[in-house]
Amino acid sequence: MLKIMSWRTAAMAAGAVLLAASAAQAQDKEIVVGLQCDRTGPTQLVGTVLCPGYHDYVDLVNSKGGIEGYKIKVLEIDHEYKVPPAMEAHERFKKEGAVLEGVYGTPQTFALTKKLEEDKILGTSPGFGSAAAADGKRFPYVFPIAASYWSQGAAAVQFAKKELGGSLKGKKIAYLFYDNPAGKEPLAVLEDLSRSEGFELRTFAVPAPGVEMAAQVLDITGRFRPDFVIAHLFGRSPSVSIKELKGKGYPLSKVVSLVWGSSEADIQAAGGYEVAEGYHTMQFAGVGSDFQVIKDIDAMYKAQGKSAPKEQAISVYYNRGLVTAAVHLEAIRNAIKAKGGAKPTSEDVKKGMESIKDFTLGGMVPPLQVTPEDHEGGGWVQVWTVKGGKLVKDGEWFQAYRDVIMKHLAAIN
Amino acid sequence: MLHRESGVFKTSYAADMALYPLPIARKMVALILVLFAVVLPLSLDEYYLSVLNLVLIAVVGALGLNILVGYTGQISVGHAAFMSVGAYTAANLAVHLNLPFWLTLPAGGLMAALIGAIVGIPSLRIKGLYLAIATLASQLIIEWIINHTPAISGGAQASIQVPRPEFLGREIKTQGELYFFLLFFAVLATLATLNLVRSRIGRAFVAIRDQDIAAEIIGINIFRYKLLSFAISSFYAGVCGVLYTYYFGIANYEAFQIGVSIDFLAMIIIGGLGSVLGSILGAIFVTMLPIVLRLAMEPLGGLFFNAGQLSSIIASTRLILFGCLIILFLVVEPEGLNRLWRNIRNYFRVWPFSY
Repeated sequence: MLKIMSWRTAAMAAGAVLLAASAAQAQDKEIVVGLQCDRTGPTQLVGTVLCPGYHDYVDLVNSKGGIEGYKIKVLEIDHEYKVPPAMEAHERFKKEGAVLEGVYGTPQTFALTKKLEEDKILGTSPGFGSAAAADGKRFPYVFPIAASYWSQGAAAVQFAKKELGGSLKGKKIAYLFYDNPAGKEPLAVLEDLSRSEGFELRTFAVPAPGVEMAAQVLDITGRFRPDFVIAHLFGRSPSVSIKELKGKGYPLSKVVSLVWGSSEADIQAAGGYEVAEGYHTMQFAGVGSDFQVIKDIDAMYKAQGKSAPKEQAISVYYNRGLVTAAVHLEAIRNAIKAKGGAKPTSEDVKKGMESIKDFTLGGMVPPLQVTPEDHEGGGWVQVWTVKGGKLVKDGEWFQAYRDVIMKHLAAIN
Repeated sequence: MLHRESGVFKTSYAADMALYPLPIARKMVALILVLFAVVLPLSLDEYYLSVLNLVLIAVVGALGLNILVGYTGQISVGHAAFMSVGAYTAANLAVHLNLPFWLTLPAGGLMAALIGAIVGIPSLRIKGLYLAIATLASQLIIEWIINHTPAISGGAQASIQVPRPEFLGREIKTQGELYFFLLFFAVLATLATLNLVRSRIGRAFVAIRDQDIAAEIIGINIFRYKLLSFAISSFYAGVCGVLYTYYFGIANYEAFQIGVSIDFLAMIIIGGLGSVLGSILGAIFVTMLPIVLRLAMEPLGGLFFNAGQLSSIIASTRLILFGCLIILFLVVEPEGLNRLWRNIRNYFRVWPFSY
């Protein structure tokens, strides 16, 4: 026992000397952030576009001198959408001194919720995890920082109301969803709204893997004949839903998809923009390349003699990566400012995240207002519509039925 | 283990069946135990312990699957579903009845064993690929039931947060504490399996695997032993699921989907069917190799690429290397890592006079 201890002390001393020598000057002005990603697993269609967006934004900030003089180092770990490697990734980030981490995937967010709290490192889960995580008192270290499925469901109802002329009384709305917990989550809010707004809601579940939904769509178009369809599908299934609804003659201008059925990739897989003309998509980040920050990234690549990254073609996911990175870095900036330029700890960054507001990055980021109570930042979304071969913005950022969302949040406590 | 016998001096059946035929074997086991129980937790930091923790949980599950597939010859691709049965049983008991882990853990295992025995019924009539499809169906059915039964799943999110396990009034929550918690059950599972396979039951399993009609003729009750094998295997799976639940602090069936079943099958096939050491080696191989490959590639790639490019390259290269290594190991020794290890030992047994 004694021998082991002394050997260990010796090894630690040797390691400390080595570390101190090599890293002293570099680490003083470097802040590490962790990023979990899925580039090779079942959601690689998202990961291979979203994560390069994250890196590009951080590279852009670093190339301009970093944040308040600090360079940002991104440590990315690919977990293939498996749960155990997410824990390994978290421990690795902790070991490398990451001040925050981007969690990727709903089961992974669940699996890390407890550990993030115990280790006091904040994790963001934009578009993942449960709606309840918006409650900062109950989940102090999980930050959805994007509209939850509850907020998205409420926003979809509000959008339908607008499209149907301002009233939903006596209307019929179909909810076509992927039959997993994430797909079922908006149901509570939708049912509540169907009572208060007076519309008839019927649900159509699509079992995994979601590539076969002829029966459900036939049921919708042939029997139920709704005035509006809210679709909440993942992976390959959004493109199938576009094709099926189109094939059965349902007008796509009466369909709104929640955030994971909303990318250019889905539209392309459905057969292109002509097929999907009129399809409404819900977004928690700006869409397209018409933003100053993307021009800056292209300029940075040009200065290195490279062409703009090809991932920008799927701007929906690429921009979500940018927004995630931008919000992360804004939280770090707030933390550094609050400490008067000193290097922030993960606790400082949490406070920095909880004071984010008025940060829009030229319209790319929603008007988030993150507070210690509201980690969702207000549940802002935008709707973009397929029109003439591209996605066109259909109105500004909006939030819907906050009172109903708050009531549901309060009810779980 | 590492030692070489100078000859066979066994004079009784008891000596032949002993777990440790020589004193040196016992010392070697003691040494390995000291390594895992004292040296590693003292010398490794939390990160490496967290990796070991994942291995320890996987060992329990792999041992269970090997009892069914390797020893009894009944294929199952529903192993992960039994883990979720254990996970939700334990989580519900822990949350609603405030039961401690030493009650919820066996309860989760027993519930999984019960469900496993029911799922095993088709194995009495069908074998091989047909049985694989029947167990695949059970995987999907169990997932569906959990997803659609709020009484089990705890609501629309199908996830139940559980408190950390407590031992002597102290919460087990750091990776170091969890390491001892998991090590205890991994060692227990290993010992239980070692003893099971040399018992009457284990011999019956092997007889069924090798030729079930012959086994029936010599008086082995196929009905009983096949279902028993399913039950025992599912018990391990259930315990493995409970361990995952306590490790992550949450029960969530999305962590136990079909891909996990395949991963566990990969572990025992790479490690070696019908071998305890093989299950352990397979669990280590499948859990740690991707991590080791990444740790090896990170400093190397850092010399040539920036962070963004590097992440993309590592993610893809790692999958390719992982696949290649699986093929390589299986081509070198189709019977798995366990056989490879035995070949190495046999080679050195007579070295340098190998003929």
